[in-house]
Amino acid sequence: MKNKSLVSIDDLSKEEIFRVLDLAEGFEKNPNQRILVGKVVATLFYEPSTRTRLSFESAVNRLGGRVIGFSEASSTSVSKGESLKDTIMTVANYSDLIVMRHPIEGSARYASEVSKVPIINAGDGANQHPTQTLLDLYSIRKTQGKLDNLKIVMVGDLKYGRTVHSLLMAMSQFNASFTFISPKELQMPLEYKMYLDSIGLKYNETSELADNIKDADIIYMTRVQRERFSDPLEYEKVKNVYVLRNEMLKETKPNMKVLHPLPRVNEIHTDVDDNPQAYYFPQALNGVFTRMAIMAIILGLK
Amino acid sequence: MDMKDIKQLSVNAIHNGTVIDHIPAQNLFKVISILGLDKIGSKITFGTNLESKRMGKKAIIKIADKFFEKDEINRIAMVAPLAKLNIIREYEVVDKMLVEVPDGISGIVKCMNPKCITNNEKVTPRFKVVDKKNVSLKCHYCEKITDQEHMEYL
Ligand SMILES: [Zn+2]
Repeated sequence: MKNKSLVSIDDLSKEEIFRVLDLAEGFEKNPNQRILVGKVVATLFYEPSTRTRLSFESAVNRLGGRVIGFSEASSTSVSKGESLKDTIMTVANYSDLIVMRHPIEGSARYASEVSKVPIINAGDGANQHPTQTLLDLYSIRKTQGKLDNLKIVMVGDLKYGRTVHSLLMAMSQFNASFTFISPKELQMPLEYKMYLDSIGLKYNETSELADNIKDADIIYMTRVQRERFSDPLEYEKVKNVYVLRNEMLKETKPNMKVLHPLPRVNEIHTDVDDNPQAYYFPQALNGVFTRMAIMAIILGLK
Repeated sequence: MDMKDIKQLSVNAIHNGTVIDHIPAQNLFKVISILGLDKIGSKITFGTNLESKRMGKKAIIKIADKFFEKDEINRIAMVAPLAKLNIIREYEVVDKMLVEVPDGISGIVKCMNPKCITNNEKVTPRFKVVDKKNVSLKCHYCEKITDQEHMEYL
């Protein structure tokens, strides 16, 4: 991974994934290692994603590096029509590493081809968000003690949710079994189900939440967004159906954890927050350690 | 050379060169542009809307003094997967070549995803061929699939 861009989770071998997770564990034990002193990391956020940006910037700051960049495109030369290529070629002169979020799909791959410094994809439209996947894997391994043979229940928008698609692909390397719980309109795309069939992994598909979480090791919640529905009435019908409440967790396994990429709206009721099975806030913290590890490896500092 | 070949090739017999047969008629001009035949100096004749039992209406192109490399000719696989090449020397078919769908293509087909970088900036589309039989392409950039039904040519 040294000096290489991280564009897609598929770019990483199983060994490289473990290397990131192991190193992240080291950063969790000792987060203040000033290995980025003298390094400049550019964070180019063409669309706002406060959470992801702050997580990266926190990781850089804790490691003693400096951050330059922008948090939305409107205040920059981009809004004057500068091409992505020109922006990347310029910013690559000012920095050792570029973290980019961009609404256009494939923009990160393209940026990695024109940039002389490595690119970390912090989300390219509906396509990839590999650091999210790595922090999810870190959270799963940390709470379950392993990645192999787990039962993963995914809930909510499984059609457009890029985080669940990437997580599915990553966990399929570890003999996971899956349950997909979503409204009909937002079911897991056929290509992913065909992929699981082709490698012989089991999955269930249902639209019923409460009865299908008892054997879960991980419940991965996602947001059901109004704009995904062509018919607003359909949204009104399902918007309160896929809400996880504390009482539903009564009969779940003790090791089970609830994950969510955040921000949440109402899909996890706040009465879950105090349950020790709620793991979405520690999950966000894990993002900082995971991003520290990724940057340290790419910059050849670990 | 059998009788059929003689009949077909004698219409506008070429001395040396290549005859590309079994092109779907509607893709004739795509083949011409993909192979850059509109930019070379060779003598070229073509026929189109010819009857074909196998494929409905077909087209045929004859190019004098031009011989193709395998990689070059495979570029037309997306638009003319059944195309057959007759290599002519001294008025005789000395060799035949079939088009093979390559592992990857670049700069021929558009990505069908409107949100793809290749449709938003000056970036040459590149694909991995993930299904050779039904020709389906995975975009190198946005990772979405473009299938035959949605294929548009640059
Ligand atoms: Zn594309």
